[in-house]
Amino acid sequence: MTEVTAQNLTKTYRVGEIEVHALRGVDLKIEGGEFVAIVGPSGSGKSTLFNILGGLTPPTSGTVLIDGRDLIKMSEADRTRLRKTTVGFVFQKYNLLPTLTGADNIEIARDIAGKKGHERDPQFDETLALLGIASRLKHKPRALSGGEQQRIAIARALVNHPALLLADEPTGNLDTENSTAVLSVLQGLNKRLGQTILMITHNPEAAAYAHRKVTMRDGRIV
Amino acid sequence: MIYRLVFENLKHRPVRTLLSVVAIGVEVTLILTLVGVSRGVLGDMAARSRGTGADILIRPPDSAGFTFSLTMPEKVVNVVRAQPHVAMATGTFVKYIDSFNSITGIHVDEFNAMSGGLKVKKGRMFQAPDEIVVDDVYAKQHHLKPGSTTDLAHTWNVSGIVEEGKLSRTFGDIGALQQLFEARGLVSTIYVKLDNPANTAAVKDALQKVLPTYKIDSIEDFVSLFSVNSVPYIEAFTRVVIGIAVLIGFLVVCLSMYTAVLERTREIGILKALGASPAYIVGILLRETVLLALTGTVVGILMTYGTRSLMAIFAASMPQEIVPDWYLTVAGIALAGSIVGALYPGLRAARQDAIEALAYD
Repeated sequence: MTEVTAQNLTKTYRVGEIEVHALRGVDLKIEGGEFVAIVGPSGSGKSTLFNILGGLTPPTSGTVLIDGRDLIKMSEADRTRLRKTTVGFVFQKYNLLPTLTGADNIEIARDIAGKKGHERDPQFDETLALLGIASRLKHKPRALSGGEQQRIAIARALVNHPALLLADEPTGNLDTENSTAVLSVLQGLNKRLGQTILMITHNPEAAAYAHRKVTMRDGRIV
Repeated sequence: MIYRLVFENLKHRPVRTLLSVVAIGVEVTLILTLVGVSRGVLGDMAARSRGTGADILIRPPDSAGFTFSLTMPEKVVNVVRAQPHVAMATGTFVKYIDSFNSITGIHVDEFNAMSGGLKVKKGRMFQAPDEIVVDDVYAKQHHLKPGSTTDLAHTWNVSGIVEEGKLSRTFGDIGALQQLFEARGLVSTIYVKLDNPANTAAVKDALQKVLPTYKIDSIEDFVSLFSVNSVPYIEAFTRVVIGIAVLIGFLVVCLSMYTAVLERTREIGILKALGASPAYIVGILLRETVLLALTGTVVGILMTYGTRSLMAIFAASMPQEIVPDWYLTVAGIALAGSIVGALYPGLRAARQDAIEALAYD
C-alpha cells in the first residue's frame, strides 16, 4: 500500500516582498513499510517537505496524499488531526517537554490523541522493548543523555501508531555511538514492526540505514 | 495527564507561581478585609447600642442615618419620662471629633442604672470636668492607662478604663461636655427603658405623637441601620475596592501567563506538533490559571486571619469579622479576574505557528 504520494508539490513562501520557492514540483512515493532517507544540502527543501508531510504547513499547490488523505484540501483543524493520528515526529533537538518525565512525555501524546487510561498495548510494549528505555522513563529530560532523550522522542512519536514516522536529522545532536543506537532502533522498528519512516539527514552514513535514498536540490527531487 | 503537565508547569517556576498566588491572595484579602471590617465595625456599633439597655432611642429631627446632631433640648427627657410605661430615660451628648473618634457625655448614675453599669477595670470613674474614662479597646489602641492624657478636641485626663460594650468608647460627664462645647441644655440622644419591652411599639407610637418631628426608633430598628446595605458609601467603596482587586488579579495573571507563554514557546510548538488543538493549549493555560486563582483564594482567606490580628493590634476600634459567606463570591471574583487575565496569553499561545515555535530557542 502506498503511504505517501506527492505529485507536483510546490511551496512558495513570501518573505517581505520576495517570493521564495521552497518546493518546485516534488514527486514522491513512499510505500507502506518503507524506510526512506531524504538527503540534500541546506536550502534544498528537505525541511519544507518534512513540514508539509507532517501537516505543519499547507502546500501551495500539487497533490499530497498520506494514508489516503489529501493534504491540499485540509483545513488547519484537519492538519491538527493528521498530526494527532497519522504522523509522528522525531526532531533533531528531541523536543521533549522539560517539565515531564520520559513516561509522561509519551503519555501526553496519548492524551492529545484522546486515549485515556492505561489499557495494554502489546505493539507499543514491543516498541518500548526495542528502544530499551524502560529503566529511564521515570526521569525528566535533564537527567537523560541525548540518545536516551531521542529514544523517548521516538517512543512518543510511535505511541499512537502513526502511518508515517517523520524524522528530521534524528542523529544531528548525537555522538557516533548514540547515533548508531538510534538509527539501529529506527531500522529495527521498520523491519520488525513494518513502520513507514521518512528520515531527513545530511549524513550519508545515516542515510545508508534506509531502504532508499532520495536526494533533493533547489526544491526538487533529483 | 493534562493536570500533571499543569502541576509540573507551575512547579517548574516556583517563584512566579508563588508571586501569582500571593498577588491573588492579596486581591482576596483586600476584599474580605474590607467587607469584614465594614461588618465588624457596624456590628460593634450595634452591639454597643444594645449595651445601653434601652428599648427606645430618640434623636433630634435633623439626625441622618445613625448619626446624632446636637439640637435636642434636654428638657425633652422630662417629656419622655412622663409617658406611660417609661421606666427611665437619659440624655447623652455625643461630640464627634473626626470620622473615627467621638466622646460621649453621660449622666453616670442614670446611664449605669439603665445599662447595668459601666464596669471599671482600672482606675476610677471620672469626677473632675476634664476627666474621662475610656473602654479597654480604646485604651489598648491608644496605649492609655489611668493617669494618661488624651486629646479629643480637648486634653482629657483618663481617670479609668471601663469594659467595652456599652454605647461608646469614651465617656465624660455630660455637663462638662455641654459646657466645654458650648451646647448647654442640649443632648444628642435620649435612651428610653420601658417597664416591659413588649410595650416598645405602643410607647414608640405614643412618643411619636408627642414629639412628631423627632426620630424615634426601637433599639432593634435602630441597630438594623448598622448594616452595609444601609450605608451607601460602604457599598460604593466596596465596589471600588473589588474593582481594584480584580484589576490586580487580572494584571498579575496576565503578566504571569504572558511570560509563561513566551518562555514555553517551544513547548507549545511541541504540543502542536503532537496534534494538540488550540483548545487543548488554551485549556492547559486556563487550568493553570484556575489552580492559581483557587490556591490564591485559599491563601487570601487564610491571610484575612492575619489582617484581623493586625487590625486588633493597630486598629482595635475597627474590629474585623471573618465573613465565610463571602468566600464563594470572592473565589468567583478571583477566578473571573484571573481567567480574563489569561485569555490574551492563551489566545496568543493558541495562534502560535508550530514551525516558528519549534524553531524558538
